[in-house]
Amino acid sequence: MTSPIAGGVDCDLHPAVPHLTSLLPYLNDYWRDQVTTRGMTDLVSQSYPANSPISARPDWRPAKGKPGASLADMRAQALAPFGVAYGICNPLFGVQMVFAEDMADAFCRALNDWLVKEWLDKDERLRGSIVIPVQSIEKSVAEIERCARDQRFVQVLMLVMGDMPLGKRAYWPIYAAAERLGLPVGIHAGSSYHNPPTSVGWGSYHIEDYVAQAQAFQTQLTSLIAEGVFARHPNLKMVMLESGFTWLPSFLWRLHKFWRGIRMETPWVDRAPLEIVRSNIRFSLQPIDAPDDPATLNRLFDHMQSDELLLFSSDYPHWQFDGDAALPEGLSPELVRKIMIDNPYATYGRLKEKAIKETTP
Amino acid sequence: MNMQFRGSPQQASSVHAKTAIADCDIHPARATATELYPFLARRWHEHLETYDRHQYQGMMDGPPYPKAQPNAARRDAYPPEGGPQGSSLSFMQQQHLDPNNVMLGVLNPLATGQGLRNHELAAAICSAVNDWQIEKWTSKDSRLKGSIVVPNEDGPTAAAEIRKRAGDANFVQVLLLSRTVEPLGQRRYWPIYQAAEEVGLPVGIHAFGFGGNPITASGWPSFYMEEMVGHSQCQQAVLASLVLEGVLERHPTLKMIMIEAGFGWAPSLSWRLDKNWRRLRSEVPHVKRPPSEYIRDHIYWTTQPMEDPERRDHLFDVIDWVGWDKLLFATDYPHWDFDEPSRVLPPGVSDANREAFYLNNAKKLYGLA
Repeated sequence: MTSPIAGGVDCDLHPAVPHLTSLLPYLNDYWRDQVTTRGMTDLVSQSYPANSPISARPDWRPAKGKPGASLADMRAQALAPFGVAYGICNPLFGVQMVFAEDMADAFCRALNDWLVKEWLDKDERLRGSIVIPVQSIEKSVAEIERCARDQRFVQVLMLVMGDMPLGKRAYWPIYAAAERLGLPVGIHAGSSYHNPPTSVGWGSYHIEDYVAQAQAFQTQLTSLIAEGVFARHPNLKMVMLESGFTWLPSFLWRLHKFWRGIRMETPWVDRAPLEIVRSNIRFSLQPIDAPDDPATLNRLFDHMQSDELLLFSSDYPHWQFDGDAALPEGLSPELVRKIMIDNPYATYGRLKEKAIKETTP
Repeated sequence: MNMQFRGSPQQASSVHAKTAIADCDIHPARATATELYPFLARRWHEHLETYDRHQYQGMMDGPPYPKAQPNAARRDAYPPEGGPQGSSLSFMQQQHLDPNNVMLGVLNPLATGQGLRNHELAAAICSAVNDWQIEKWTSKDSRLKGSIVVPNEDGPTAAAEIRKRAGDANFVQVLLLSRTVEPLGQRRYWPIYQAAEEVGLPVGIHAFGFGGNPITASGWPSFYMEEMVGHSQCQQAVLASLVLEGVLERHPTLKMIMIEAGFGWAPSLSWRLDKNWRRLRSEVPHVKRPPSEYIRDHIYWTTQPMEDPERRDHLFDVIDWVGWDKLLFATDYPHWDFDEPSRVLPPGVSDANREAFYLNNAKKLYGLA
C-alpha cells in the first residue's frame, strides 16, 4: 500500500441527504407544500441503490440510514485516515432526474443551502460543489452566481449522463459563468435517466449501468472537445469524477486520429485533443480500473504521458478499495505529492487562494 | 488511416506488403439500386420503390451524420465502369486484392436488412444480400469469403437464415452491426448465437448500423467525428452486454469478432468489468468467471482503424494485453479511413507475431489454415 501524505485534497466525497424531507427547511412555502401534499418520495437515483455493494463499503455502512449521511462518520472514515486538508463534497441527490425545471431549481437551491449549513459550516476542511438544475440553463447560471459568492463552493457539478451531450452550445452559458467565477466544472458519474445508459439502449443490470459510466465519460469528452468548449473557454477546467481513467490513453489515440482525419468538420478545434485534455481536463483517482500489480499500473501512467491529470479521491462512501488503500501500490513519492496536493490545488483555484490567505499573517 | 488517397501502389508498398495477408473487413457495394432485385421477390421491389427501407433513423437517403467522403469511401476507389466505390470486383482486384496480395478477403456488407423496422422486409433483403455475395463475389474470386447477414432484431428468423447457409463454404462468419435496438447480449438475440455456434461459425460485430438509440447516453451529438469515435464506446457496451448476459458462458465454443471499433479499450474495459463483477456478482450469478477470461477466450479484434499512439511501446503494451493471437488485420477497403497494409504495424515485431497479425490468426479463426 502507498501511504497518503498529509495536507492532501480529497476531491470526491459524497455527503448524503438523509431524506427529501431533510430539505424541507430549505424550501419555500410553496415547495414545502408540494413535497408534503403530493406525497413525494425520496429522490434516490438507481445509479447507486442504497444497499448495492458499490454504494458503500461494508465497513463504512452505518447501522441505519444512508451511507455518507453522518459528518462524524465521514470525519472518522475518510477525512482523518487520509489526512486531508480539504475534502470536496459532491452531493449525489437525484435532482437531475426531475423533469420540471422549477422543481429542479427549488431542490438544487435547497440542496446547496443544506450543504452549507449541515456540512461546510460544521467542518473547516469541507468544500462544496454547486449542484445545478441543468433542466434550465438560465436557472443553472443564476444558481452558480448565487452560490459562488460563498468561497467555499469550489466547483460546479453536473452528471455525465443527461439530456444532451455536454459540449452542446446550449450549455455554454454555464461554462462561461464557471470560467468567469474561477470554478471548475465537475462531471460526475450518474444519470438523469432521460436517455438509455448505453448507445444500444437499456441493459439488464446495475453492474451494466455502472460499467457504462466510463463509456459515457468518453462520449462527453468527445463532445466537449468537438464542439469547441475549450477554444471558447480556454481557462475552463473540467474534472471527470468517478470516471475511471485507464481508458483515457486509447480513447485519445482514437479521438486524435479521427480529429486529424475529419478536422475540417470542426475547424474551431484549434489544438489537438491530447493537448486540450492535458491543459483543461482532470480525473479523480478512483476508481482505478486496472490490475493490482504496480508494473501494469505504471505502464498505464506512462501511457497517460502526464503526471498532472489525476486528483486524489476516496469516493467516500462508495466502495472502490479496501482498508486505507486509497492510493494504489507502486506510486512514486513524487506522483503521490502530485496527485494528493499539487494537482488538486492547480485545479481548484479557490483552494489555492484560501491557502495563500492562511499563510499570510 | 491513410489520407494520401492518390499515392500509387508502388510508392506505398514495402517488403511486407508483398507478403500474403488476410483482410478481415472489406465492404462490397451494389453498383445500382436494383442490383438485389434478382434475389428479391417481386413484392419487395414494389415495396421498396413505394415505401423505401424505413430504418431506425430519420433520413430517407444518406446517414444521419454526413460522411467525410461520398459513401465514406476513397475518392480513388470509384470503378472506371461507374458505380460507387467497392461495387466492382475487377476494380477491387486491381486496386486492392492483387497489389496488396490479399489471400483471404472477408466481405462485410453494410447496407443489408439490419436496422429496418419492417422485419419481414429485413429478412428478405438479408437473404438476398447473402445470395448476391455468392453470385457477384465469392463464386467469382476464391480469395473472397462472405458473411451471413441476418435480420438481427428478429432472432428466430435470423437463426433460420444462418441454418439455411450451414456448411456453405462461401461464408466464414455471421455478421451483425453494433447499433441495435437493445444491447446485443439481450435475449431477443440469443437464437442468433445458438445457431452460429451450432453451424460452427464465428459472429462478427461490425461498428455502425441503426437501432434508434442515440450514440451517447446523453442524446444525439452534433458531428460525424463524434459518431466515428463513439462506435468504440458503443462496442464496449455491446461487449459488456454479451459478457454480463451470459452469452459467452452459455456458448463455450462461440467466437466473436469486434470489427472496426478499435481494440485499445479492451484492457481497460476488461479490468473495469472484473473489478465490478467481483463486487456485484450476486446480481449476475450466470456469469461464472471473471469477465476478462470470457473476453480473452472468445473475442477477436480487427485492426482498422489501427491504434496509433505517439509511442510504439504503448501500442505493444496494449497488444500484449489483448493478445497477439487475437488481432485480425483489416483495411476497411474501400472506405476513406483505409489502413495501408505496409504502414500499419511499426518496426520491432517478431516474425511470428507479424505473420499472426497479418494472416495466421485469420486463417485459424476462419478454419482456412
